[in-house]
Amino acid sequence: MSELHVTGVSYAVSDRLILKGVDLEVRQGEILAVMGMSGSGKTTLLKCIAGLIKPSRGSITVDGEDIVPMSEAQLDRVRLRIGLVFQYAALFDSLTVQENVGFGPLQHRTKTPEAVAELVGSLLADVGMPGTERMLPAELSGGMRKRVGLARALANEPGLLLYDEPTSGLDPVIARTIDDLIVETRDRRGVTSVVVSHDIPSIFRIADRVAMIDNGAIIETGTPAELRRSSDSRVRAFVDA
Amino acid sequence: MVAATFVGETSILAGQAAWLAVRGKFSLRETIRQMAAMGVDSIPIIMLTCAATGSVLAFYVADVLVRFGGSGFVGGMIALSFLLELGPVLAGVMVAARSGAAVAAEIGSMVVTEQIDALRMMSVPPVRYLVTPRVLACILMMPICGLFADMAGIFGGLVMASTHGVTQSAFMESIRTMATHADLMKGLAKTLWFGLTIAVVACHQGLNTQRGATGVGAATTRSVVLCVVFIFVSDFFLAQALSGASASMR
Repeated sequence: MSELHVTGVSYAVSDRLILKGVDLEVRQGEILAVMGMSGSGKTTLLKCIAGLIKPSRGSITVDGEDIVPMSEAQLDRVRLRIGLVFQYAALFDSLTVQENVGFGPLQHRTKTPEAVAELVGSLLADVGMPGTERMLPAELSGGMRKRVGLARALANEPGLLLYDEPTSGLDPVIARTIDDLIVETRDRRGVTSVVVSHDIPSIFRIADRVAMIDNGAIIETGTPAELRRSSDSRVRAFVDA
Repeated sequence: MVAATFVGETSILAGQAAWLAVRGKFSLRETIRQMAAMGVDSIPIIMLTCAATGSVLAFYVADVLVRFGGSGFVGGMIALSFLLELGPVLAGVMVAARSGAAVAAEIGSMVVTEQIDALRMMSVPPVRYLVTPRVLACILMMPICGLFADMAGIFGGLVMASTHGVTQSAFMESIRTMATHADLMKGLAKTLWFGLTIAVVACHQGLNTQRGATGVGAATTRSVVLCVVFIFVSDFFLAQALSGASASMR
């Protein structure tokens, strides 16, 4: 389980401010959803938390370590404790499902090939994809890819799991199973989760707390019930849409 | 400014790849796979183009030399042309067009589909996983490609020269008289540099891909154009440097 603190994070590209002093706190084992319209800065914030983008200002601490001033080599050490489930899964298309899921442990030689094969089998069973080890990403549907992406993110046993638009592009039934999987993953493994999404039904189903981001700034944070009762017109417009 | 940035970035990339290679931090399996994809699979097309070029060269050279009583020079001239210049350069151009383009497109697609970010998230540096094996594979395979280019070009020249009244024995004797092992080695030395240039430029263009599918196409085109330009420009300087080096050894 990990703890995450985002303090005063700003990010600019050329003269355009994409994130404007974002503050967030995610407690151990909590599912925090960051919701907002397309282009509001959700994915940029997630990539900053993952260390894929360096913020212009502010600090991001994962288990007490500020990752903003870290070099790429130092980040590699921290990223072993962070998993990211990409919006379009980002599976390596030349590798099989088995090779994708077992990629991290095999590259880092933290387990024997036999132990990795066993781990892959168990992770695929956990995400409801048993027996797909030999398939290639091109043979999988959108929902299946996201499940394999989640299994791959779990292979390094992260304490912090980041989800980028986990239900976008999926039909409501499959989106529901992905929601269940996010909650089950937290319940079973105790991972701290940050879910970035604009899917309101999904957010209110899975989140312990919700943060609303608008135009690069967090404008309200609270439980799903609190956000439903919000008096902020921007939150209301989004929640009631 | 753009040129300085490009030179700086490619030099850093080459340095990082070299440092990882020296420390043995790369996948041998991936390197062998790339040696097959970038080198072995390029050999047929290299041989075809070089055989055709050798034939055309012999067509013009043999015609003139035989007319002026110089048929004893045909084989040597064609061999020297290929060993010193045409073999390495044509092999480089073909590898840049075929394998360099493939590398830029593959890595570019990985960038736009976030597979590079996925590598970073799993704490696997893209330079270690993607660049080092490709750079090593290209450097190791280019001399072999150059050797096949030389053989195919000379063979093409031999076949064409025989239709102009130059016998096979006269052609081979001319090669033995005029060309030396040093000429072969000078040409192969060039291919090492071409291999490094092709792999580093292609990987750099791929890693700097932006803006989706259009960006992948643009990166691929830039990679081929830059590699071909660098091959021709660096060939000029390498030719001067290598002949200067051999002259000082004499």
